[in-house]
Amino acid sequence: MSQLAKAKAGSVPVNPLQIGRNPRRTWRIVLEIFTIFLFILFMIPFAMVVVNSAKTSREIIYNAMALPSDWGQLWTNISLIFNNPTVDYFGAFIDSVAITVISLLVIVVFSSMAAWVLVRSHKAWAMWIFMIFVAAMVIPFQVLMYPLVRWMRVLGDFIGIRLLGTIPGIVFAYLGFGSSLSIFIFHGFVKNIPYELEEAATIDGCSQQRIFFQIVFPLLQPIILTVLILNGIWIWNDYLLPLLVLGSNGVVQTIPIAVTAFAGAYLKQWDLILTSALLAIIPVIILYLFAQRYIIKGMVEGAIK
Amino acid sequence: MNNKRIINILFLLPVVFAFLMIIVVPFFFGLYYSFTDWNGISPTANFVGLRHYARLFTMPNFLHSFVITVAFTLINVILVNVVSFILSLIVTSDLRLRNFYRAGFFVPYLIGGIVLGYIWQFLFNNILVSVGQNLSIGILQTSFLSRPETVIWAMSTVNTWQYAGYIMLIYVASIQSIPASLMEAAEVDGAPYLSRIRHILVPMMANAFTISLFLTLTHSFKQFDMNFTLTNGGPANRFMGAPVKASQLLAMNIFDTATANKMAEAQAKAVVLFVTLVVVALIQVAVNKKKEVEM
Repeated sequence: MSQLAKAKAGSVPVNPLQIGRNPRRTWRIVLEIFTIFLFILFMIPFAMVVVNSAKTSREIIYNAMALPSDWGQLWTNISLIFNNPTVDYFGAFIDSVAITVISLLVIVVFSSMAAWVLVRSHKAWAMWIFMIFVAAMVIPFQVLMYPLVRWMRVLGDFIGIRLLGTIPGIVFAYLGFGSSLSIFIFHGFVKNIPYELEEAATIDGCSQQRIFFQIVFPLLQPIILTVLILNGIWIWNDYLLPLLVLGSNGVVQTIPIAVTAFAGAYLKQWDLILTSALLAIIPVIILYLFAQRYIIKGMVEGAIK
Repeated sequence: MNNKRIINILFLLPVVFAFLMIIVVPFFFGLYYSFTDWNGISPTANFVGLRHYARLFTMPNFLHSFVITVAFTLINVILVNVVSFILSLIVTSDLRLRNFYRAGFFVPYLIGGIVLGYIWQFLFNNILVSVGQNLSIGILQTSFLSRPETVIWAMSTVNTWQYAGYIMLIYVASIQSIPASLMEAAEVDGAPYLSRIRHILVPMMANAFTISLFLTLTHSFKQFDMNFTLTNGGPANRFMGAPVKASQLLAMNIFDTATANKMAEAQAKAVVLFVTLVVVALIQVAVNKKKEVEM
């Protein structure tokens, strides 16, 4: 019988160096303490943001580590940000929500439609289109960003819809950038849906569009979650694309742009910068608290794909 | 059948159109501009051939950015994967609060690089310095962000803190797909914990390592947001006898070049970034695939 198995059975200690009677138990306690230590290390930055958001600039310079003398200062700082004349924080929040939600909707519907057609058309062209979409994922944003801005201006003039500085413009850009990964993920999922279901519906005289929207689309539900979360985290936090398409002081803003505008206008005024960071974090954390299970699940699914 | 063909086209149209307009056309324009003297202002661009490319490899600021980006990427590939592997072992252990820890370690990934950069700038410049002064610890008294030799490590710390939770989830998914009986059998046979990990877990996770290495590699190589708000390239340093920015990674070098209206030069740098990424990623995937087979 092995050492570990003996120890597990609760017999005499097999190794004089072992502190406890049961090595598994000692190991567990060490692991537990190590984990708690790591966890605190991971959370310290957030704690520092919260603590220092409730201080005045002078308090922070005097002692950044101390707890705030008056937590009421947090509300003062928050209201300073909301009533700020240079940065419309609330407006940026609304725009961020609108851009993220509309982009996600468009990406999910159009990418799943395209992926379905690409899977069900067993032709060479379908494979080629799919391969091109996948290959495009390696193109770094830096290669595209400046020509893109110039091209969006030309294209906008041509079709008569302003694309730069508007929500339709940036949603269109997100559809382009988000399509590769989304089609890739949907493609892998649709492949595993049995074709018999659609075949039967075709024989019954069901049109193609109805087959997709009434039979296939509902079946995609678990993978839609993954697509939503992967794209959602990216779009919500994205900085360079909104900066280039919307401009740093355009009519439409996003939260990351507002935060940088704030930090640029109030250089080293950490009370305001940290409070604005806190306000950017809070909505994400609230959403995470409610949808934690789905977010983790969606990320894990996306990771295996 | 005709209806089917029309529907196929209609279903593909929106995504293909957006893809063509947003990715394909700008991509080819981007390649083209790198061979011109485009400055972003004048409407015309003259063809200048390979001039920018030839100059790039004699420019200290570009070579410096390239070197530190490679260093930053190497540090991160190791650091992120080691930390996230340890995290994944913790959150798949039998700790009572494992799901709580898993959720917590993932939180930094949800917060964008822009916001994180400011938070960590504060931590490095104010909190750590103030700890150093209060406890009289010499190395903490000047910020890690203000010294050229430490700033890359500071950025790597932040990057690891942000990205480890995400890579952890990939490892967790992989660990959970390994039959538990395999590990239990080895345990009963008396294999110590570490050798169980080395000889059973790691080989079974080969696929997850391929994905994770690929993701950390490309993510670090393209890093911009955190770089932008954490250091904005600073502090000043010297390289090949010329002044450079000590933490100006490639993506930021491109951004700064374009901000100075040297659009064509920025475009050439971006193309070099693209080609490097493709080559490195292809090599990495090929090597890992070979390893996967061997294991």
